Amino acid sequence: MKIQLKKYFESNPMVPSKLKSGPINNKMLGLLFVLGALGGCKNESKQSTMLGTDDAASKVYVAPGKYDDFYMFTSGGFSGQVGVYGLPSGRLFKVIPVFSQNAENAYGYSEETKPMLQTSHGFIPWGDSHHPSLSKTDGNADGRWLFINENNTPRIARIDLKTFTTAEIIEIPNSAGNHPSPYVTENTEYVVAGTRFSVPIGEKKDVPISSYKENFKGLVSLIKVDKETGRMSLATQILLPPFDYDKNRAGKGVSRDWSFFTCYNTEMANTMLEANASQNDKDYVMAVNWRKAEEYLKEGKATEMHTPYYNNHMDDGTQSAVTEVLNKQMILNPKDCPGMVYFMPCPKSPHGCDVSPTGEYIVASGKLAALIPVFSYEKMAKAIEAKNFDGDIQGIPVLKYDAVIAGEVQQPGLGPLHTEFDDKGFAYTSMFLSSEIVKWKLGTWEVVDRIPVYYSIGHLMVPGGDSKNPYGKYVIALNKITKDRYLPTGPEVCQSAQLIDISGDKMKMLLDFPTIGEPHYAQAIAADVLMKNNTRIYKIEENHHPYVAKTEKETKVERKGNEVHIYITSIRSHFSPDNIEGIKVGDIVYWHVTNVEQDWDVPHGFAVQGANNSELLIMPGETRTMKWEPKSSGVFAFYCSDFCSALHQEMQGYVRVSDKNSTAPISFSLNEQK
Amino acid sequence: MKKINSLLPALLLLIFSCNSGEKTENNNGQAAKAEPTPTGGSAAIQDDVSKRNVLQIALASPDHSTLVAAVKAADLVNVLATVGPFTVFAPVNAAFEKLPAGTVTELLKPEKKKDLVNILTYHVIAGGYDIEEFRDGQQLGVANGGRVSIGVKDGKVTVNGANILASVQGANGTVHVIDAVLIPPSK
Repeated sequence: MKIQLKKYFESNPMVPSKLKSGPINNKMLGLLFVLGALGGCKNESKQSTMLGTDDAASKVYVAPGKYDDFYMFTSGGFSGQVGVYGLPSGRLFKVIPVFSQNAENAYGYSEETKPMLQTSHGFIPWGDSHHPSLSKTDGNADGRWLFINENNTPRIARIDLKTFTTAEIIEIPNSAGNHPSPYVTENTEYVVAGTRFSVPIGEKKDVPISSYKENFKGLVSLIKVDKETGRMSLATQILLPPFDYDKNRAGKGVSRDWSFFTCYNTEMANTMLEANASQNDKDYVMAVNWRKAEEYLKEGKATEMHTPYYNNHMDDGTQSAVTEVLNKQMILNPKDCPGMVYFMPCPKSPHGCDVSPTGEYIVASGKLAALIPVFSYEKMAKAIEAKNFDGDIQGIPVLKYDAVIAGEVQQPGLGPLHTEFDDKGFAYTSMFLSSEIVKWKLGTWEVVDRIPVYYSIGHLMVPGGDSKNPYGKYVIALNKITKDRYLPTGPEVCQSAQLIDISGDKMKMLLDFPTIGEPHYAQAIAADVLMKNNTRIYKIEENHHPYVAKTEKETKVERKGNEVHIYITSIRSHFSPDNIEGIKVGDIVYWHVTNVEQDWDVPHGFAVQGANNSELLIMPGETRTMKWEPKSSGVFAFYCSDFCSALHQEMQGYVRVSDKNSTAPISFSLNEQK
Repeated sequence: MKKINSLLPALLLLIFSCNSGEKTENNNGQAAKAEPTPTGGSAAIQDDVSKRNVLQIALASPDHSTLVAAVKAADLVNVLATVGPFTVFAPVNAAFEKLPAGTVTELLKPEKKKDLVNILTYHVIAGGYDIEEFRDGQQLGVANGGRVSIGVKDGKVTVNGANILASVQGANGTVHVIDAVLIPPSK
């Protein structure tokens, strides 16, 4: 006991230093101990220092009213969305709807947002979101946009980080399984994507599956990002052998002109990949020089392909999504473009492909490999110059393993997947099979620490860990399995994130919290970088929605054949108009609701009985439209569905629906006493 | 010490009321932790409802006590209880006895852990294969980074020449009982 108490005293700054050494009177010790503990209870702000550095709770505690240090964006996986959390608290702030309809705020239900989910396959209400990627300036997150890929119907979305809303979605033609995506280059020149599944493309698409090697193609897509607006456009696509391209990262610093991809199924199997795609002892890391691709495109080396694809974006003025159908791709073939693409042999079905902060090291983790190979950019550049090749694949040179390898991390654990970096020259790799994070040193490749995670980790993330300047404070484990970690919720239990302190030599588990959907990957950014740009309201004078009513005087109800347009406003605590008549069964009614409030955090909701649709949730200064097709005559109530004010329960109205043959004219009013 | 002991209950109460992270001991020497408590890992999950996993199958088999001891010594217990799926080639006790005398004792020594892990992970495929899925001449990658070859002749299935005596399907993969220990080729 004596030792324990002594230890406590030594680490306790409230104890006068002269008492910290030398023989200590037991009685005195006990008394001081009580005082110390009492002091800790009285003074919350001193609690963390009082209780010593081992106290996990104090490290993740964000006092009421205080802010977190980081925003964390996690992919929602099969929910199709993005989760926004605070770090270190793990508090969930928001779910940003991206690829899936979201009834909570009418994303994909309202007339304004429905076009965002239009694709060449029609309206798709669901997506599989995987890898959030923050826009970068000089290799560091700049807080402007967040990109995220959709795997199933290949698409990339851009989220505006001023409003935390989806601003644009571009479909990627000639692609399937948009998994190695959407990693941004050092200055967000491009968002880079690739095909996990190779498919037949171009004219000859209806082919036997057994003709895989001959007819199926892999592709890398370079999507140009406008510097000012962020608008995405497909610049070029690079034709590749029908491998599975798994993950990708842009280079930075010395390797800034390159993007690196892991490739598996270089066996080119089209069935039972579980066995047939693990036959080769080496697959590849592919290096793509996007700067060269840009030049070849300018030189006219590309051929055209014509597959229709969609690009949907929100128009800020009309607050409505605009769909464009495009039909031209510029295809580069590496055969005609020397120096653009190279393969580097890599052990056994590599998955993660991660680039160190300086851009010098490329870490590829083979799911089935017993080591982690680390490639050197400098050696790669030299090997290319010396033409140190081991043959080629469809015109793409294969570099010699020994010529490009910087080192191998031996016996790191089982099932290495992904690697992130800190600011002290260490790398952190997730191990799926052995459920752990392994810390190792760049340069010596030796494992220096490991920590178990619960359970079956996929990605991991260090805030800024993919950038030139990582914050070496935390690593977050993104786990696939939780089983017994939380109170059980039936057969479906959550996936999770675990926050681990990496500021010292040994990793320390701090916190464990559930996530929405599946957190494939996450990105984090310092709170102060984002907070200053935050939008609080939409200015009503800048609302150019075609059906806006900026004041109650502008409200009206118009009939155009069997279409009825209701220009209605909401303000605490009424709608204008709130009594509407003259609607008939068979009419298609559009409720254009403008929230005319100009006050932060005062959204209004709108719900009407019998709507085969979601509610609307309308931000201050915004107009949102619900389509309503009443099926029977009667009087139906509508109301505000987001508690807005003291008299929220009074915020209601009635709409009268008459028989099909009724001749009752349209009428509407607010507070007309008869 | 007496005086301190008499103060202890009060002290501990105070510490915990402040959510101390200090690890302390009470009078009886029992550890009282206020740190987040990591569980014992996947193997410690209490679940009597799901099908048995490959670890539990091995644990329940008296013919596999040597294998189980080796898996424990190699710290692979938690791995085999994860989602997998796994194909485990599980040598029976008699198979270990066929090895040169002293081999097992030697491998179970802490300083030989790397070699033990290498041998044991040579018996595990990260992928679920039922007996019917094996094909003659198949080369399958195993968790130590190497590969094993499957033989199927006259309805008998072998792995690197070892006979598959029985197969038990588990919740996270299949255990194929074999009559010899598979020795990875030296690198």
